[in-house]
Amino acid sequence: MPTVSVKRDLLFRALGRTYTDEEFDELCFEFGLELDEITSEKEIISKEQGNEKAEGASDVVLYKIDVPANRYDLLCLEGLVRGLQVFKERIKAPVYKRVTPNGEIQKLIITEETARMRPYAVAAVLRNIKFTRDRFGSFVELQEKLHQNICRKRALVAIGTHDLDTLSGPFTYTAKRPSDIKFKPLNKTKEYTACELMNIYKTDNHLKHYLHIIENKPLFPVIYDSNGVVLSMPPIINGNHSKITVNTRNVFIECTGTDFTKAKIVLDVIVTMFSEYCENPFMVEAAEVVFPNGKSYIFPELAYRKEIVRADLINKKVGIRETPENIAKLLTRMHLKSEVIGDGNQIEIEIPPTRADVIHACDIVEDAAIAYGYNNIQMALPKTYTIANQFPLNKLTELLRYDMAAAGFTEALTFALCSQEDIADKLGLDISATKAVHISNPKTAEFQVARTTLLPGLLKTIAANRKMPLPLKLFEISDIVVKDSSRDVGARNYRHLCAVYYNKNPGFEIIHGLLDRIMQLLNVPPGEKKGGYVIKASEGAAFFPGRCAEILARGQSIGKLGVLHPDVITKFELTMPCSSLEINIEPFL
Amino acid sequence: MADGPVAEVLLRQLAAADGGLDSAELAAKLGVEHQALVGAVKSLQALGEIIEAELRSTKRWELTAEGEEIAREGSHEARVFRSIPPEGLAQSELMRLPSGKVGFSKAMSNKWIRVDKSAADGPRVFRVVDSVEDEVQRRLQLVQGGQAEKLGEKERSELRKRKLLTEVTLKTYWVSKGSAFSTSISKQETELSPEMISSGSWRDRPFKPYNFLAHGVLPDSGHLHPLLKVRTQFRQIFLEMGFTEMPTDNFIESSFWNFDALFQPQQHPARDQHDTFFLRDPAEALQLPMDYVHRVKRTHSQGGYGSQGYKYNWKLEEARKNLLRTHTTSASARALYRLAQKKPFTPAKYFSIDRVFRNETLDATHLAEFHQIEGVVADHGLTLGHLMGVLREFFTKLGITQLRFKPAYNPYTEPSMEVFSYHQGLRKWVEVGNSGIFRPEMLLPMGLPENVSVIAWGLSLERPTMIKYGINNIRELVGHKVNLQMVYDSPLCRLDAEPGPPRTQGTA
Repeated sequence: MPTVSVKRDLLFRALGRTYTDEEFDELCFEFGLELDEITSEKEIISKEQGNEKAEGASDVVLYKIDVPANRYDLLCLEGLVRGLQVFKERIKAPVYKRVTPNGEIQKLIITEETARMRPYAVAAVLRNIKFTRDRFGSFVELQEKLHQNICRKRALVAIGTHDLDTLSGPFTYTAKRPSDIKFKPLNKTKEYTACELMNIYKTDNHLKHYLHIIENKPLFPVIYDSNGVVLSMPPIINGNHSKITVNTRNVFIECTGTDFTKAKIVLDVIVTMFSEYCENPFMVEAAEVVFPNGKSYIFPELAYRKEIVRADLINKKVGIRETPENIAKLLTRMHLKSEVIGDGNQIEIEIPPTRADVIHACDIVEDAAIAYGYNNIQMALPKTYTIANQFPLNKLTELLRYDMAAAGFTEALTFALCSQEDIADKLGLDISATKAVHISNPKTAEFQVARTTLLPGLLKTIAANRKMPLPLKLFEISDIVVKDSSRDVGARNYRHLCAVYYNKNPGFEIIHGLLDRIMQLLNVPPGEKKGGYVIKASEGAAFFPGRCAEILARGQSIGKLGVLHPDVITKFELTMPCSSLEINIEPFL
Repeated sequence: MADGPVAEVLLRQLAAADGGLDSAELAAKLGVEHQALVGAVKSLQALGEIIEAELRSTKRWELTAEGEEIAREGSHEARVFRSIPPEGLAQSELMRLPSGKVGFSKAMSNKWIRVDKSAADGPRVFRVVDSVEDEVQRRLQLVQGGQAEKLGEKERSELRKRKLLTEVTLKTYWVSKGSAFSTSISKQETELSPEMISSGSWRDRPFKPYNFLAHGVLPDSGHLHPLLKVRTQFRQIFLEMGFTEMPTDNFIESSFWNFDALFQPQQHPARDQHDTFFLRDPAEALQLPMDYVHRVKRTHSQGGYGSQGYKYNWKLEEARKNLLRTHTTSASARALYRLAQKKPFTPAKYFSIDRVFRNETLDATHLAEFHQIEGVVADHGLTLGHLMGVLREFFTKLGITQLRFKPAYNPYTEPSMEVFSYHQGLRKWVEVGNSGIFRPEMLLPMGLPENVSVIAWGLSLERPTMIKYGINNIRELVGHKVNLQMVYDSPLCRLDAEPGPPRTQGTA
């Protein structure tokens, strides 16, 4: 969930009233926001870097507000204020308009070289805008929030904003060999080639995260003006030439990316939020983008869409009984201008360009419910009549757990993920013999594979509890995972039961006795006949030679028991003899 | 034992005594060790009301080892004086005597002796007086005889400074007759035996009383894991509410069932390598229900079922990518898909509690794997009010009654609501679960009828358990670093009962 940080006093000024922290928290809760933290720059710095560094930092109160991940229109002060003011019916939702300039329209021409890495671009102009320091800060911050969220860290969309008065169109969005791109990047005093920049930014804490998007590509995307001035090298950095400042009056915005829909949404969000400060508020100057196929589009789209939803559907989905007129009012408060039409039961809803999250009637239903107030909805119990069933494997597991504890064994709960070493090397096995599934992106060795046996987890539990009085008797009934090409995903779980006995003597007879008890509980008689069970001398890498037996029940091998090999004991950092048993319980379902 | 000679003597003395006896005095009188007498007192006390004994502590002066030596052989200065013959003694020789050094200076300051430094063989010591009174010895002998009170405060403190006397605290008993006083004591029985029962001798025998303050002997037993005890209770609650358990025994899932089927777009951050464990082997799902896959693809990329869709290029290879399921909602999706294939539609209530995996940053409350609890109801005409009603019943069974609901965003539910409950300890509203109505874009491609709604909610098993058992670090609860003593000591899990006292300290 994105967090937006706004100055409290600035927010209250824009809202036209003040709130206590509790009142504002309550308002957020009702609207689906969360007042996450009340802090200040000073407090943040002192928390992160210590009191000394915080000396002199601003102690203006900041509200950190958590915003739902799909509400890009609430990612800045301007949007939050507009949302809350409309919600509280203090203002009407503005109407956003695209206007064609009197003079020449700004043009962005896409060349076909971009096709292979970032084929889409959109653009718009904010004409005669008036920034202040706070507005400018918010403008920069919104771009950063969009980059981090909908733009997926610039992978899907990257935004560039420029002082149009320093440039001269038409603009060209193309791609070139890195060595052929040379310009003065933002906040640098000399020119670098793209290759040099990629090296420089490797140590830049902010930019280094975006390099991978174009690194190793033969061509890098780049935007030029008609004089060959570099506007930006998306998604990495803008040029210094067209840098915007608090004094900039005309802003050229370009968004390039791999996802056309998202690029259009991002552009719509930026211009709807900041056209508020233009000489003609909420009017956005159009720009033309020419695609390599020659087709030309006008942006921003600023599309309004109409949906018609029946009032009784909304009532039925939410569980309320409101008149269509009231529902229309509720929706209008959520920035969805609505009116009752047709037979008087239909509501026509206008979805503004700021609400890209509304893609289905269910999104409209939710907004009606939020405006109605979730906590005002009458609770009811569904009349759904059903007979409950347990999942048979879990039912058997539950029954066995109780009787394992009754037999004196204590239950452990160990991780399903572990290192290759745990399930192979430490048990004297080769990893290829385990049929284990392998994780491709583990952050540490603890998450290399899914376990193929419960034994390592129990031995590690003992190792972590060596101070406890002996004997230690542990068990676990849980799932292991192995590859299995007969399953749709190519792997499956097996429910295993594992038990260990750790003491000054190996206690094979105790583990053997436990097996006898388990078989008794499962109503499996001893002996090979009539679906009984036997144990037969066997060998296993994890076991001491001559102290291992295979368990055969109902005509199939279900596991092994025995005295652990001293090497295994040592590798798990244990010192005492230990016997264990591990079986698959699924044949007993 | 109580029938020892000391105890008998004690009782006889007590019978003759007027009121009571001091144990120390009696020990001195009888010439036995005080400790032996105390033993007799204690064993008589254990027999019941035969005697009463009141603990008293008295201060007493005692001689130190050196003090005893002086009481016996005289003070160092007296010994020095006595060792000097009339003709005197060479000082060097005198200094070699055991008491020489200390005694010499003391005798000098008492002016009992003098030194002639002009003697021919070096300094020589002579008596000054004919005889001396060894006052130190006399005083110490008084103390030894138990008459320390005859000495003045100043005299005693001087002796103490010389480390000849020390003050000790003596614990003595003031012993008096008890309500069942008798001089003839019979041995008390400790336990009832089969012979006593068969012979009936138990009727005539006194029994040693039990000490009910002592701890019992804990039974040898196995123990269930606290988290799984809580799991059992949650299963129980769902079963009580008529919910059927879904199969969740498949940790490995395809991206399709984990994300795409839930209408979670392929660029969603949760599908990032940083959040999800993907598999290297087996890297891809072998089979997908292709008809259904096509409907899902269309809904994502173009919309349909009343939806605008996400309008992006949906890729099958992305859906095939295997992973460790990030939520049990993937199992719910499979269950709902199976339900959708059954015609006609029958309403269903499902639940599951099982492990899920996240490639997250680990801290005191986050592990790479945890248990998710999930409840699902599918029926015609379910409303948000129904969802809230079910949640109220569910949380009431957990002992949580103060609930409120906050609008939220989940990719696969709309409307969505976070469930908050008022935490008395923290004095604030805390999130206890997440819920919503599954999106039509998820349900309709499965083949569920249009007027069927599916409400669902989820929460983690670990969080309520940590709160229940007062555990701050999740590693103490889950995984091999668990504290087994904690497992041994953990109480029953009764979610709707008042919380018990905090668990025992010292073992943590």
